[in-house]
This record gives sequence, structure tokens and C-alpha cells, in this order.
Amino acid sequence: MRMIFKTSYDADINLFRDREQGFWYMTLLVLSLILPFLLDTFWLGEITNVLIWAIAGMGLMILVGQTGQASLGHAAFLAVGCYANVLLQDPVGLPFILSFPLAGLIAGLAGMLIALPMTRLHGVYLAIGTLAIAILTEDLIVIAEPLTSGVMGLVAPTINIFGLEFDRYGTPGRFYWLVLAIAILMVLAYRNILRTPLGRSFAAIRDSEVSARAMGVNVAWTKAISFGISSTITGLAGALMGHFAGIFNNETFNIIISIQLLLMIVIGGLGSIHGAFFGAIIVALMPQTIAILRDTAGSVFGGGSVAIPGLESAIFGAILILFILFEPMGIYGRWVKIRTYFQLFPFYRRDMFRRQKSYLKTERMR
Amino acid sequence: MKALLEIDNVTLRFGGVVAVNKVSFSVEEGEVFALVGPNGAGKSTLFNLVSRFYDPVEGDIRFAGESILDRRPHEIARLGIARTFQNIELFEQATVLQNLLVGRHRHRQGSFAGQILFTPFVRKEERRHREAVEKVIDFLDLQPYREKYIAGLPYGVRKVVELGRALAIEPRLLLLDEPASGLSVEETQDVAFWIEDIRKQMGITVLMVEHDMHLVSSVSDRVLALADGKMLSLGTLQEVQNDPAVIEAYIGTSDEHERVVA
Repeated sequence: MRMIFKTSYDADINLFRDREQGFWYMTLLVLSLILPFLLDTFWLGEITNVLIWAIAGMGLMILVGQTGQASLGHAAFLAVGCYANVLLQDPVGLPFILSFPLAGLIAGLAGMLIALPMTRLHGVYLAIGTLAIAILTEDLIVIAEPLTSGVMGLVAPTINIFGLEFDRYGTPGRFYWLVLAIAILMVLAYRNILRTPLGRSFAAIRDSEVSARAMGVNVAWTKAISFGISSTITGLAGALMGHFAGIFNNETFNIIISIQLLLMIVIGGLGSIHGAFFGAIIVALMPQTIAILRDTAGSVFGGGSVAIPGLESAIFGAILILFILFEPMGIYGRWVKIRTYFQLFPFYRRDMFRRQKSYLKTERMR
Repeated sequence: MKALLEIDNVTLRFGGVVAVNKVSFSVEEGEVFALVGPNGAGKSTLFNLVSRFYDPVEGDIRFAGESILDRRPHEIARLGIARTFQNIELFEQATVLQNLLVGRHRHRQGSFAGQILFTPFVRKEERRHREAVEKVIDFLDLQPYREKYIAGLPYGVRKVVELGRALAIEPRLLLLDEPASGLSVEETQDVAFWIEDIRKQMGITVLMVEHDMHLVSSVSDRVLALADGKMLSLGTLQEVQNDPAVIEAYIGTSDEHERVVA
């Protein structure tokens, strides 16, 4: 058992709680930096995919986990980011180093524009509204054929930054480092938001809009800001997804992706950066894991590998149900419990994380 | 003394129900003003009018001489009006510290980009807010709960945290909606001492709704009794308690009123 003794306010403001925590995160950073030397091309590609999904997850997490606004339409912002990035490169002729941040900005502005009318809705109505946005975007891609080539899709060019080429197949290690750097920047931005008035006003809106208002938080504007940041990060993830996939069309960003994103952060653990990463590991590695297991089962029982349509969705759904029933705080919640068990050993109690019954909130001013 | 808050002939209707009916009073700078009355008298509604959650049908509300009717709800805290809620409206999935820091929202400085980059200026600001919040924590003896999540705290502590969050705003006027409801006798005494200190040491004017007549009698300078949205009686607690209109509103007859009112 260990105690943390704080001697200055900075201990609560700093990125890392103490040296030990800093040490572990630095170890993780070093490990992820040398990963291209440890893994083969296939698994490096899979890890890159996990990171891209984690960036998208962080984007949605800001909105859902921090601000408490449900969105079933985030595939729309993936699409906006992806198409904007590629179109700015190809017909417009901007280099990736400009088109990438611009794509994020465009997705962010789109998010804010949608948020201003949309965030007047609450709960399930907001979810339905954003769902409509996602469906609309999918159709818009088809309608705007001269620009987007409709169902034919677009091909993402090889990323070129000051003469250095970043290609998923050609230079997988470099592409991985690029994605890693962006993911780290996003984590830092996310952490900074959490420890400033901005992040606290998000949490205030999540837990009680009435009282956020009484504290001087401009609720409508702050929701729009949250939507904007969220869709910016998601848009950047979309741009990377486009380069990762190489070719994409309207189907790449369909409604299933939106739902998968939302399920991902729920499984990972709402309200934490860890949750986005844990969820991304599940979502991005699941198809490969299932495929490998199916092949193994096929060779053990004979008959080779059999394609079972819908197997992936079924397993994904089952995992979600199990989490909501047994661990509503997601993988991160379970992780915190395991960690606490070891930190407090042998004083951990089973009901340590049980929340007290809370009182009904006032419904008068809704 | 000059009036800090003026409620001028304010009326509010919900459909056919007149929730507040031509109410006029003013709260002087530096006093503790109590609103009393049976349930549904319009006390909390008056608070919500001052918070700008509702628009009055007629009348005017002035703070420090200026009408606040053209202000939006989130601008009220910026003017220096803080409030607590009858049913506790804390940020449940956040720690006590974070709750109090949200109270500092109106004092925040630093740009959007500065916050995302966490510039040294933003860090300096964070320290400043923390210092202000620590003063509130010391004042209300909340040290043991600093890192605790609201969702796990007992009712009495939540009540105190809500008071602390309002104080973190550093207001000129503090609206307390039933600060002692659901508290034990000892906790209520604490609240009485705190209100005294808030007024005397911090120089904050207090407007409160309260049913506990011991608390009202020990801290308030003036009392306004309301019933069915109408003003019944305004004066010291003694005067209000002996007003026949008040006695009638509470028990209908003039016999044995002491037991009920006191």
C-alpha cells in the first residue's frame, strides 16, 4: 500500500501524478516508439489501425464522456475529415501538412454548425438527430458525385511531408510513427482540456445543466465548442483512416461505423482517455481475432474456414451486453479496480466502488 | 444602506396559475433577508426569477441599480449573484474540488488556444483558482472530502459543498434555497454560524428561503412571508410571526399559532 503526499497545488495540475506514474507512461512511450522494430508489417498495420480508432474514440469521448451529449452520427465527421483531406490534396494541390489540419478544421466547423441547433435536443432525441446527420452525409457523398466520385470512391495519395514519404504499405513504420505522433498530440490536448476551465464546464453540463448555468456557463455555446473539438479530432482520425484504407467511398463511413464508435467508447469506459484506447483495441483487433479463431477452429474440426455472416456484429453485441450488465464503467473501470486491489493490498473491499444511491434531481426547470 | 436587489412589482404566471403575484421588496446591501411561507408560496420561483430561468410577466428585477431582465441566465453569475438549489444540483461525477473549481468559472481568463496548449499563464491561473477554492474549503471544513466524488458523499456534506461552490463564485449576493433542509440540529447550527461569517467577514448579502424558524430567527435581519404567490408580511421575524395574515395562512385560525410557526 502506498500513499501519495501532495506538497503543492501543482501536484494536482501536472500531467503525471508522481514520478512513478510518469515512469510507466514514459516506458509505454518508448515501447510504442520501438514497435516497428518488434512487429511484422501485418501487426504493425493492425496497431496503426488501433491508434486511428483511438483518435476517433477520443473525439467522440470529449462529446459523450466529458460533455454528456450522445452522438450516433460521428461517422459523418470521419467522412468530412477524410474527404476534405484528400480533396484538398488532389484537386486543390495542398501538401498533407496543410490539408490535414485544414481537414480537421473543416470537420470542426461542420460539427459546430450542426451543434448549434442540434444540442437543444436532449438524450435519445439528440441521438436520433445525429443519426439523421450520419445518414444524410452518406447520401450527400453519393449525390456530390463530381466532387466525391460517389460510390466509385476516391484514392488517397501517398503522404509526402518535406520529401519524406509515408505510406501504409511502402513505409509502414513511418506511417505508424506519424499516426503515433498525432495520437500523442491528441492525448495531450485532451488532457489539457480536462485540467482547464473548459473541461470543467463540459463536466458541469454533463452532470447538471441547470446548475452549470447558475455557475455562469453559457450552456449552448459550450456544447457547440465541445461538438467542435469532438468533430475536429474525429475528422483528423477520418483523414488518417482514408490514408490507411487507401481507397474509400460512401460505404466506408456508413451508419454501422457511427454505432461502432459509440459502442467502442462505452466498452472502453466512458469519460476517460484510457477508455478510448481500450475500446479501440477491442474494435480494431476484433475482426482479425475472429478470423484467426475461425481458421484455427476450422483446422481443428476439419472442413476449413467457414464464413459466417454477421458473426462479428453478434460477438460485438454480446460483449457490449456483458459490459453493460457487469461492468458499466467499461474496461477502464475494471482496470482501475484491479489496480486499486494491488495498490491497497490487502485492504481492498468488494464494495469499494459501489456508489451511494443518489437523490432525484429537480425536474422543475426542464 | 442601499438596495442591492430590488424586486419591483413582479408577477409570474404558469398558464392560469399565478405563481408570483405583484411581489415587491428590496434586499439591502449587507443584510440577511429570509423568505418564509408554506409550500407553493412562490419562494423558489422568486429565486428562479432572479436566476433568469423564468421571465416575469410584469415587473422589474434590479441588481445594484440595473435591471437584469435583459441578461441571460449564464450572465447572472458574472454579475455576482450565486445560488444554491433546494434539491442539490451538484456535478455528481466530479470531485468536490472540481465542483468548487466550476464555481470559479466567471473568474476564468486565458484563451481557448491557451487552454488547449496549457500555457504557463493558464497554469498560473489554475493555481490562483485553487488558492481561492482552498480558502472556501478551509472556511467550510471540507478538507477530508477534497478528492471525493460527489456521488459517494452523504447528504449533509453535499449540502455544504453546494454552499462552497456558491462561495467560490465570490458573489455579492448569495441566494440560499433551504440551506438547512434535511440537516441535523448540529449541522443547522453550523449553517447559522457560516451565514453569520459570510455576511460579516466576506461582506456578502444573503437572501434565503428557509422553513427552519430557529435558523431564520438566529441569522436574518428581515423576513418576508409569502403565501400563494402574494406578499403577506414584511418586517422582523417577530413582526411577521405576529401578523394575523401570516397566522391565517399557516393555520387558518389565530389560536395556538406559536406552536406551528415557532
